[in-house]
Formats: sequence, C-alpha cells, structure tokens
Amino acid sequence: MSQKGPRGPWPQATEAALDEVIVAHAGGEGAGALLPILHALQARFGHVPDGSVPRIAQALNISRAEVHGVITFYHDFRAQPPGRQVLRLCRSEACLAMGAEGIAQDVRDRLGLAWGETSADGAVTLEPVYCLGLCACAPAAMLDTRPLGRVGSDALLAALAQGATGDDGEATP
Amino acid sequence: MRVHVPRDAAARALGADDVARALAAEAERMGLRAEIVRTGSRGMIWLEPLVEIERDGTRIAYGPVRPEDARALLSGRMEALGRVEDIPFFARQTRLTFARVGLNDPLDLAAYGATGGLAGLAAALALKPEAIVEAVRDSGLRGRGGAGFPAGIKWETVRTAPGAGKVIVCNADEGDSGSFADRMLMEGDPFLLIEGMAIAGIATGAERGIVYIRSEYPDAIATMQAAIARAESGGLLGPRLLGSGRSFGLEVRVGAGSYVCGEETALLNSLEGKRGIVRAKPPLPALSGLFGRPTLVHNVLTLAAVPFILAEGAAAYARHGLGRSRGTIPVQLAGCVARGGLFETGMGLSLGTLVDDIAGGTATGRPVKAVQVGGPLGAYFGPEHFDTPFGYEEMDGAGGILGHAGITIFDDSADMGRLARFAMEFCALESCGKCTPCRIGAVRGVETIERILEGDATAVPLLEELCDTMRDGSLCALGGFAPYPVLSALRGWPGDFGLPPANRQAAE
Ligand SMILES: Cc1cc2nc3c(=O)[nH]c(=O)nc-3n(C[C@H](O)[C@H](O)[C@H](O)COP(=O)(O)O)c2cc1C
Ligand code: SF4
Ligand code: FES
Repeated sequence: MSQKGPRGPWPQATEAALDEVIVAHAGGEGAGALLPILHALQARFGHVPDGSVPRIAQALNISRAEVHGVITFYHDFRAQPPGRQVLRLCRSEACLAMGAEGIAQDVRDRLGLAWGETSADGAVTLEPVYCLGLCACAPAAMLDTRPLGRVGSDALLAALAQGATGDDGEATP
Repeated sequence: MRVHVPRDAAARALGADDVARALAAEAERMGLRAEIVRTGSRGMIWLEPLVEIERDGTRIAYGPVRPEDARALLSGRMEALGRVEDIPFFARQTRLTFARVGLNDPLDLAAYGATGGLAGLAAALALKPEAIVEAVRDSGLRGRGGAGFPAGIKWETVRTAPGAGKVIVCNADEGDSGSFADRMLMEGDPFLLIEGMAIAGIATGAERGIVYIRSEYPDAIATMQAAIARAESGGLLGPRLLGSGRSFGLEVRVGAGSYVCGEETALLNSLEGKRGIVRAKPPLPALSGLFGRPTLVHNVLTLAAVPFILAEGAAAYARHGLGRSRGTIPVQLAGCVARGGLFETGMGLSLGTLVDDIAGGTATGRPVKAVQVGGPLGAYFGPEHFDTPFGYEEMDGAGGILGHAGITIFDDSADMGRLARFAMEFCALESCGKCTPCRIGAVRGVETIERILEGDATAVPLLEELCDTMRDGSLCALGGFAPYPVLSALRGWPGDFGLPPANRQAAE
C-alpha cells in the first residue's frame, strides 16, 4: 500500500551510482528537481552522500553552497545512513495531550537512545516528528512507513521486534 | 457479501491491515464468498478499525474490530453498530466534501463516477471560465488552509493575470497538529481533489497542477500517485478532459519535513528547489508565483469543495454556514478525546457543542481543561469560551484562529506552562530565519518561559513584550501567531506557570 522505509544494507555511493540517480530525476524548470533528487538519493543510499553535492550542483547549474543550504534546511535529509528501521515518535500537541512525552522518555531509556541516534548494532534510529495526521488516535508513531496509533512504549518495542523480522504488518489485499 | 475495511492511515495505525488479513483468511476457512474492499475511513476514528458488511445493498457497521473477532463478525455473532448513517456522530454531519470518503475503494474510478463524481467537472466544461469563477465566488467558499481568503477573488486574479504557463498548486503540507482532514481526503477520495484541481485549471487557464504533500504522509502520497495514474487513463486528466478539448496534467511533489513550507510562498520556493524561506508579498503568487508564473495556491479542502459547488450550484453550498463563513468545514477532533475523528458540518456550531456533545469530552473521562484550535499557532481556550461559534470572524473575535479547523482537547492533567514552552520551541525549530523577531525572538521566548517556570515572575513582562515584538515584526504567521498559544496559556492558567491567580490581571 505504501513505500517501504529504510532497511539497508545500502549500496556504495560511487560516482556512477550517484549520477545514475541524479540524471534520472534532473530536468524540468530551474532547480525544481532538487528536492526530488535529494529524496531519490536518500531512498537509494539511506542518506544524502556528501559526494553528491558537487554533482547535483553541476547537473542543476547552481552553486554547491545552494545545494548544501537546501540539504541542511530540511529536517528530512540525513548526513548518515539510518538504522535498519527508523522509529519516529510524534511530539506535537494532540500526542502530548495523551502522554507522548512520558512515552518518548520511556522509549529513549529502554533503547538507550537520544533523539536522532542510531543503536550501536544499527537496528534502529529514533527520531522526533511533528504530527503524523494521526491525532485522533494519539499518541502516534511511525515505524518506517507503517503508522501506529494509541501506542505505549511496550507496543512500540513490540513493533520494532516484529519489524526486525521483516514483517511490516501490511496486508496484501 | 462485501466486507469494507478502511485503508486510511489512522485505521491502519489501529490494526486495520491485520483485521483485513484475518477476515480474508476466516472467510476462506468458512467457505464464504466475501469480497474485501479497502475503503477510506468514515471518520469515526474511535471506532476504527470500523468494518462494514454489505448484504443486499445494506451496509452494517462493526467496530472497533480486532483480528480475533473475524469469525464472530462473519457469522453474524458480533454486536453491530447499525448503519453508519444512523450513528449519531455521523447522522449530525453535513457531508458535502467528505460525502464519499469511506464509501468506495478510493482508487476505483468507476465507483467514483457512479456515486456522483465527475459531475462538477462535466458542469464546468459546459461553462465559460468567468462563469466557473462566478460560481466559486457566489458559493462564499474561503480558503481552508487557515487564512480564510475568499477563493473567488483569487481565482479571478489568476484567470485575468497576464502570463503563460499558469499553475494550480495544491497545498497538502498539512503541518498543523490536530489536523488530518487533508490526509483523509487524499487517502479516501483522491479523485475529488483531482477533479477540483482540473476545474480550477479550466477556470483560470492553467494546464498543469502540482500537489505538494508532506513527507510524513506516505499513504497519502502513494494513493495520490496511484489516483493520478488512473485518472490519466480514465480521462479525468490528460490532453482531453472527459473527451473535451481541454487539457490538464498533475504531479505529486513531496515535502521534506519543514513546517514553514506550508506557508504558500515558502512552498513555492521549495518547489523551485530552494530553502523554504517565506517571500515578501507583493508580488502575490496569483500574479507571480512558481517560477514567476501566475499560480493559484489552495489548500486540499478548498479545492475539494469545488466539484460540489459546480455540480450542485453555488447556492447549495452557501446555504450552509454562519455570517461570512459559508459552507461546511471538516472539523477535526483530536488529542485527549472520547470520540475523535472528522466531523463535517456547516460553520457556526459552538466550540462547546463540538467539544462536549460531539466529541464527548476527554478520552479519560476527566474534565476538559483546555482546547487548542487551529494547530500549533492557535490559542488555547478554556471552557469559559465554549459559547464561541466556530467561524472565521468569531474565533478571531475570541482572540484565536480557526486555522485548519483542528480542535485538540486536553484533560485536567495538561500542564499549560509546558505547552506554552513547546509552542515557542516549535517556532524556534521551524522558523525560516528570514525575520529577526521570529528567529531570535522564539529562542529568547523559550528561555524566558523557562525562567518563569523556574519561579522568576519578573520575566512575565519580558515575555509579553517579546510576544508583542514577534506579533508586530514577523513576516508570516509562524512568528506572528506563535504568541497566541503562549499568551493564552499564560493568561488562562497562570497557576501552571507558578504564578498566583492575581497575576491574571497583571498579565492582561
Ligand atoms: C507557517 C505557516 C504554515 C502554513 N501551513 C499550511 C498548510 O500546511 N496547509 C495549507 O493549506 N496552508 C498553510 N498555510 C497557509 C498558506 O500560506 C496559504 O494561505 C494557503 O495555502 C492558501 O490556500 P487557501 O486559500 O485554500 O487557504 C500556512 C501558513 C503559514 C504562515
Ligand atoms: S515569521 Fe518566522 S517563519 Fe515567518 S517569515 Fe519570518 S522568520 Fe520566516
Ligand atoms: S499531533 Fe501527533 S499525530 Fe498529530
């Protein structure tokens, strides 16, 4: 039903591999292709590799500084590949109203991770997110692209364990 | 027998996929001929996963359904909720925009046409562009993205704007917490949005459109992309709309986790491959928007309201509402809420009716302490404000905003001091950095609130001054409205800031 999220192992970001993605998404007016290129790079390599900056700049005819400025402006783009799963916990108001703060604290303690960190074994990256549109079934979370509602820390850890087996809980029909 | 199981992200978040799987397996085991249809959500999220069983044209609802209920459900031994249309929460609504959401497989174009879809586009194709704009103007439709600007005026500006390559941009960034109507519409009835955008294209002379969807909505992105592909092969998009000589094409673009990119000019910058910095106006996007082209930017719900207006007439839409707030609004009930979900209604119900009667108060059964209306930049209201009617001018008059019509409910365990701090923190985190009052002010604001929370009451006037500066000196509503939640919390609940109730006056 929806695209899968992070997994890895990620392919080597060789120049040829980078160019393949960049060329496939370049084109159109001005630098309009920049965000699509960055998303495509991140989908392929798990992050936006440093080495892609000059190549994107050249393909779109803009400066490296502009490319870098865009990458750092948007919260989504990562400088390093994430863990095999990315768990995002909503920190916004509707979720706060249902105790999201305490749950996030508990999850951070149990995983031993601060926001933005990846576990030492590379299994999971923990990130904050500001609303998932699941505010009527708060507190909400997203594991890769799988939405989770009315979660507690036990349910989140169980979803992580289930996800680690490759079962993303999606139905076939 | 047909079995309808929602595929809406909220239903999935509550286990709808597991339920669909269990129902399919159980039906096979029982030797039943059951067709499982994945639909949008009917909007009663507290009952999700809500399953409807259709026999001989009648749909009976059950919910919340767990996978282990599959056998009981299929053999008629599970307690039913009755017809969705008879459930009071649903029966009290006026569903114009969301009429079809939850009824059909959202990607079934034939079902869309069979249930009233395409009538608006067909009507528009028979009209002159001016007449389409007139219908939108006469309907009284105002922008549902927050600012409430009359849609008809914007359409006329774009229609008469000189310049080639006009564009329709749908703002599906839906960054406001407590809001999910855009998401539900895109996941539940994507053809309606496509139809609304095509009508906007015909009216203004634009042949191309872009839907900018936030990356936090993977399901909505996938559904819109699939719907566009089907609309192209079905003649709802492409070089010959419904066989006419008109052409309109559509593409999806994905945001990258920036709240301020919901602001229309920041969104345009983002589409141009730039940082999401807010642009000064003028020029208006309607005259010089995406790459300098005349651009009609609208929220999902504004565009999705258009097919009804064209199909049924402006008066049929304007008949609903209050004062200058015409038509219906999909209210989103969120947070610590007994009956959370989407409630489409004519404008003008009181806040208290929505919170107490319709939403049923809090999820915990404890008293409602506060509600935040209109997302992270909206004010907090206590029950003493519950007689305020839900309309643009009315919410404004009460010192708040209507915004995207999300209502987030908090019970008496809420800590308004922490929520005020969060509001400032969010502003600091998401500021595009263009203006100093917002960029620096929000950081100072967080520090100042912390000082107050640590017991330094002398910081209160500082905070108020800072909020004044932000309100007056910010280019957009991120810096300009962040003072709403902060000051409303401070004034309404001084005790949560460690201040004596007497300070209530001092703060005013
Ligand atoms: C900080 C900020 C965030 C905004 N976020 C959104 C949003 O997520 N969706 C939206 O439709 N409008 C948003 N807006 C309002 C848009 O700037 C604009 O008014 C709207 O897209 C116009 O469409 P409408 O006329 O249909 O309301 C935001 C405005 C500001 C200042
Ligand atoms: S108020 Fe804040 S977000 Fe808005 S333009 Fe100024 S700096 Fe940018
Ligand atoms: S506030 Fe958490 S999902 Fe919307």
